[in-house]
Amino acid sequence: MSRNLSPRAKLVLYGVLLVLAIPFVFPTWWMVTSSLKPVADIFAFPPQLLPAHPQLDAYQRVFELQPFGRQYLNSLYIALVVTVGTLAVSALSGYAFARIRFRGQNVLFLVVLAGLLIPSEVTIVPLFQMFFKLGLIDTHWPLILVPILGAPSVLATFIMRQFFISLPGELEEAARVDGLGRFATFWKVALPLSRPALGAVAIFTFLHSWNLYLEPIVFLSTPEKFTLPQALTQFVDAYGGPMWNVQLAAASLTALPVLVVFVIAQKQFVEGLAHTGLKG
Amino acid sequence: MSQTDIRVGGAQAPPTAARPPRPWWTSRRRDQLAGYLFIAPQLIGSLLFVFLPLVLVVWYSLHEWNVLAGTFDFVGPDNYSALADDPNLGSMLRATGLFSVGLVVFNLALALLLAVLLNQRLRGTIVFRTIFFSPVVVSLVAWTIVWGFLLQDNGGVNGLLDTIGVDGPNWLRGEGTAMFSVIIVQVFKNVGLNMVLFLAALQGVPAELYEAAEVDGASRMRQFWRITVPLISPTILLTSIITVVGSLQVFAQIAVLTQGGPGTSTTVLVYYLYQQAFQFHHFGYGATLSILLFGIVLALTVLQWQMRKRWVFHES
Repeated sequence: MSRNLSPRAKLVLYGVLLVLAIPFVFPTWWMVTSSLKPVADIFAFPPQLLPAHPQLDAYQRVFELQPFGRQYLNSLYIALVVTVGTLAVSALSGYAFARIRFRGQNVLFLVVLAGLLIPSEVTIVPLFQMFFKLGLIDTHWPLILVPILGAPSVLATFIMRQFFISLPGELEEAARVDGLGRFATFWKVALPLSRPALGAVAIFTFLHSWNLYLEPIVFLSTPEKFTLPQALTQFVDAYGGPMWNVQLAAASLTALPVLVVFVIAQKQFVEGLAHTGLKG
Repeated sequence: MSQTDIRVGGAQAPPTAARPPRPWWTSRRRDQLAGYLFIAPQLIGSLLFVFLPLVLVVWYSLHEWNVLAGTFDFVGPDNYSALADDPNLGSMLRATGLFSVGLVVFNLALALLLAVLLNQRLRGTIVFRTIFFSPVVVSLVAWTIVWGFLLQDNGGVNGLLDTIGVDGPNWLRGEGTAMFSVIIVQVFKNVGLNMVLFLAALQGVPAELYEAAEVDGASRMRQFWRITVPLISPTILLTSIITVVGSLQVFAQIAVLTQGGPGTSTTVLVYYLYQQAFQFHHFGYGATLSILLFGIVLALTVLQWQMRKRWVFHES
């Protein structure tokens, strides 16, 4: 559909895009600026697009009211472990399903793929019971093991398999003729070629873990063990009402670093997801 | 699996014994073993964390199980008849359906609109693409909290509306507006993902088709419905499947924005499941609701698969 537009059409198009951008940009703007306002100015009318009396009190309160640094670390390390673990599991099995011939391959692939139909919300009750029996409630194990080995990694495996199928086989055959074993062929030849797919899988796995909410509130009960999404909802006053500026400061601290990484690497994010991710 | 292999190997041994012995441990067998070892973590993980819990959830659903009271009694189909008689069933299914349909319609329509706009020959589309995609990387709860703040009666949205002379409603507390608000918040959060998939699909539509249509005097609208939509229909199906299945899993947005209210107007299935199992400790009934969720996901997937055969345009 890319045809040359008249200057008038271009102007209209820019106008439409700018209006459409408001609900995408304004919330982030409002979050950051409101977190810098004193409580009295939060709901001031007319709305202050820039804080009239900027201050950092809310940011200080974030760390006083919750072990927020610890919670930040929890979310970060869980998401990183889940990402690395998912990459390992899904690259290995995706490679095997795409490249190695073994008995029962197709049936086993369908068995694994069936996991896509069973979201973790369906199995949350028995998962809670299983981890309870193992004495792993109020630990990070369920938040690490289930995403790496359970349903969430199935999509990653599917993407890796589609990618490995599309790789030309000659390079691997050359490596095999040179006497490399299966694992060495996978590690030294196939894996370095699959960077785009690994990148796409890494991005959506990290975000998935980073966003988890139901699982943490089901499995965790000690504030020191909370993850960020869970911690964000804990900034409430004695009556259960939200302390808006503190919540927004915590939300800003949660959202801004990822946003900055995204803006720097937006090409890899967007094109990686679009082209490797879900094409097949 | 490897057990089967050894047995098969053993069975083949006698006939070959007469001939010069061939090594049993061939490179083909080695490769097979590598295959099983490569998929072992995923397969064992699926059995432990997907299929075992699925069997257990069926088993639990046949029990009256209250964690606090310490009861675990086999009651057969009682939970299912309790579900059929649950006075909340109607409103819960209605809320779930409304959310899913609303999300799919608004999300796909906006995603397609944005993709078409960004597919024009225009400077700065990358900037807008980055803007529209950015909420995807913002933590879901952070995004929801900010919108909860914006949608307060005296919040930013009504503040903005007021400056143009519109008196906005109390979005999250009104029966009619609460569900709409939850849907819209989720649309803006994730529409960028579908937009990017649509954009990739649009770029794959050959320009000659439009040129030919232009020569035939077809209007832009007609070109869109007759060329663009059929050619990107596989992507429309894919995004609709992802969006529908994702919409059934909605939880954090409800928990943060409305807690299922006002009344039960935004109590969707997963939120109700969470309340029953983890707030009221009715694990048996929670398991029954899980089965209902599984049934809906399964039915929708089969349905969409059927639609694929009928509607989606195939190149070959």
